Amino acid sequence: MAVEIGVPVRPHRRNWLLPLLQEAVVPLLAILTALIIGAVIIWFSAHSAHDTRLQTVGKAYHGLFMGAFGGWNRISDTLVEATPYIFAGLAVALGFKCGLFNIGAEGQLYLGSITSAAVGFGVHGLPTIIHLPLAILAGVIAGGLWGAIPGYLRARTGAHEVINTIMLNYIAAQLLDYLILKPLRDTHASSQRTPFILGSAALPRLIGPRTNPSLSGGNTYTPLFVTKNPTFDLRIHVGFLLALLAVWGVWWFLRRTTTGFEIRTVGSNPKAARYAGMSVTRSFVLTMFLSGALAGMAGVTQVLGVEYNVKSLFSSGYGFDSIAVALLAKSNPIAIIPAAIFWGALNNGKGLMQSETGAAISSDLIRIIQALVIMFVAADQIVRWIYRLRQRGGGTAIFSRGWGQ
Amino acid sequence: MQQPSALEVRNVTKQFPGVVANDHISFTLLPGEIHAFLGENGAGKSTLMNILYGLIAPDEGAIFINGRQVTIHNPADAIRQGLGMVHQEYALVDTLTAAENIMLGTEIARNGVIAEREANRRMAELSRSYGLIVPVDVLVQDLPVGVQQRVEILKALYHNAKILILDEPTAVLTPQEAEDLFRVMRELAGQGRSIIFISHKLKEVLSIADRITVLRRGAVVGTVLPAAASERSLATMMVGRSVELEVTKTPAKPGSVVLEVRDLVVEDDRGQVIVDHLDLDVCAGEVLGIAGVQGNGQTELVEAINGLRPIESGTIRLQGQPLQADPRAITEGGVAYIPDDRKGTGLVLGYPIADNLVLSNYYVPPFAHGIVLDEGQITSHAEQLVKQFDIRTPSIWTHAGSLSGGNQQKVIVAREFSRPIKLLVAAQPTRGIDVGSIEFIHRSIIAQRDQGVAVLLVSAELDEILSLADRIAVMFHGRIVATLPAAQANREQIGLLMAGVAHADVENGH
Repeated sequence: MAVEIGVPVRPHRRNWLLPLLQEAVVPLLAILTALIIGAVIIWFSAHSAHDTRLQTVGKAYHGLFMGAFGGWNRISDTLVEATPYIFAGLAVALGFKCGLFNIGAEGQLYLGSITSAAVGFGVHGLPTIIHLPLAILAGVIAGGLWGAIPGYLRARTGAHEVINTIMLNYIAAQLLDYLILKPLRDTHASSQRTPFILGSAALPRLIGPRTNPSLSGGNTYTPLFVTKNPTFDLRIHVGFLLALLAVWGVWWFLRRTTTGFEIRTVGSNPKAARYAGMSVTRSFVLTMFLSGALAGMAGVTQVLGVEYNVKSLFSSGYGFDSIAVALLAKSNPIAIIPAAIFWGALNNGKGLMQSETGAAISSDLIRIIQALVIMFVAADQIVRWIYRLRQRGGGTAIFSRGWGQ
Repeated sequence: MQQPSALEVRNVTKQFPGVVANDHISFTLLPGEIHAFLGENGAGKSTLMNILYGLIAPDEGAIFINGRQVTIHNPADAIRQGLGMVHQEYALVDTLTAAENIMLGTEIARNGVIAEREANRRMAELSRSYGLIVPVDVLVQDLPVGVQQRVEILKALYHNAKILILDEPTAVLTPQEAEDLFRVMRELAGQGRSIIFISHKLKEVLSIADRITVLRRGAVVGTVLPAAASERSLATMMVGRSVELEVTKTPAKPGSVVLEVRDLVVEDDRGQVIVDHLDLDVCAGEVLGIAGVQGNGQTELVEAINGLRPIESGTIRLQGQPLQADPRAITEGGVAYIPDDRKGTGLVLGYPIADNLVLSNYYVPPFAHGIVLDEGQITSHAEQLVKQFDIRTPSIWTHAGSLSGGNQQKVIVAREFSRPIKLLVAAQPTRGIDVGSIEFIHRSIIAQRDQGVAVLLVSAELDEILSLADRIAVMFHGRIVATLPAAQANREQIGLLMAGVAHADVENGH
């Protein structure tokens, strides 16, 4: 049934900003709707001795906002929290661009973190300028190879990447535990963890005093800008800048290179890609490698910029939440930044939300709000119906293809 | 009026953002009338039929059935009002039998269990009573397309449709099958049922319709009697200007053999042999037209030539060199390919026109340097081709998906003709597009031929083959059953060959 639809007028150069803004409408309304429903839940579930229900709602959201953005320290922590979401969100989004659903960011992240940690504490005598890039590169390649496995299986045998990335998550988790408990364990430490990385492998903080050595196994890290004021100690590190660079890099790669063009074509229409002489299988393997590398980078920045070691039972959850971030950003690399910051802000603000309401509500409410956001983004018809938005022409975005195609 | 009309539409208007799809359309359908609707793609035929069938709500206007005003909210309403619709793409369940499909939704059952024998008996009766012979106990997937169509019509009749809407019903039929359908249509009309017949084939419309209503840009241009109309006058009404129906071309000057196919065997997706030891030659400077009913291996043959489908055995040579099964190598070897699946294969609908125009050569200079795309070159390339190939679009950044079918096809043609080629493989190059674009694409193909390109044309439209081809090869069950010079070809003979009836006693082509 052909329905004639008006041809939208577009300007005479490639415009990427306008579509971005148009695409942003549904996610923003999804967030709004989720927050409203969250308020309703607070209204009915709050039991506070001194506040009215309305006051509790107000305090909760005030606390949430202040917890995420109230002061330099809070903002810095939110950006630190957002950094792995940006990398892992990019990883999932890149997969979507090629029509692949990478659920394995979590496992790829494990591989990235443990490998960069091993290089970070195991290689001695290198200056920062060599040691840091080496540790990063090791983690990136490890994550990339871990991602390339399901990519290769998909390309060669048609085995669906959703299954294989999930399976590799289990294997990666066990592998990580084994490495931390046995060969890479810091035998001097009472807890089960790897040794601290050397200062020369650390991602420097952006601004602050020299680090407190007790936090870092005696290693000192020098921030990019050293302040005299010992209380002005922001945790934000160079990893955040690398994340922004990665966003630009992925955007440029997808938009401006022949390989990116191939990946997008395979993702939008594999038949047309084959017809145009592109190698669908090559795109699958390459995309999964790059996706794994980005997810690995999420682990790298956590280890080299925040944790400085890897602990047993290390389970970040970043890899899984990054699927949500990619969905919220509708797989647009640039939109990953606000989506990741939003996600980081929710995680970072929930503690103050709980305490400002006198524990009248639990910080676990944030999980509900996050789930609602994703449901509304995924089922965008509901949002369009609530807000009476007109369905635009051009079809829906393809995130992933069905089984066995 | 002595008797109320079966259906009357008054001032139906439907607006979509930016276009008036139906602009105050009025017409009447008499009992027992075959009323043809003629119009180019985008003229508003589909919108009008979807309004009648309750799939789209009109902004204005009224619909009367047997003189009573009705509101049709959904297809269930439409069926209750006695409307039946046979879409171009059949809504049949492949893995059910014909009988099961016919009664789908109102199954004949006893205590919730389908009464198979009784159902088959009653469906066979129904099938006989309308002269629509269908083997009711065969799975739909094993039935030929023409028979599947009968199942669709029977489905509508089973729901007691008094008004049948047939949307481009002859597109997938041989001329003989089409004749069969027309006989059934006349019979049904004789019983007092009314038929709305949608088509863009002028000959057919003239031969079957009692009245013809022509639509253009959402409005009724006029309703005429076939006796008072000609192909030329109808085409002029459809397009709004006089059209060249015949392709003017000089006799071909065939050169050496460019494409040589020997003993080719290709399997379909289900692993059945569909191209069966086929031989074929196409020379430089000639158009070889392959006529045949869809599903006789044409698609698979073309895919094999273009490296998109593996070859079981046999050889394909381009200027004497064996072709590798690699689409890119084949493209670089000078083969252009217009695929029959415009939207699914030929274009990336979510891409701007500019990107679609470099889909097969984005990786070579001047469009790329190393791995970096040259946006400026891609832009100026697109602007030039849009002008040269008369692609009607607001901008080269418009998504291919929002273009009309004709303009989408021009994007493909522009892309394939924008590089030096030796062989053009054109599969259904004008299916479902407007007359203006057909004219343009036909002229472009002949222009390529005149420059010495070998052209392999596959089309289900016999008229297209007859007007473009220099030689005609008829394909049936995966083989070329006859090859004849176009000058000696006539419709009836080719139609019989297409149906596998006539013997290949006309083998004087090659």
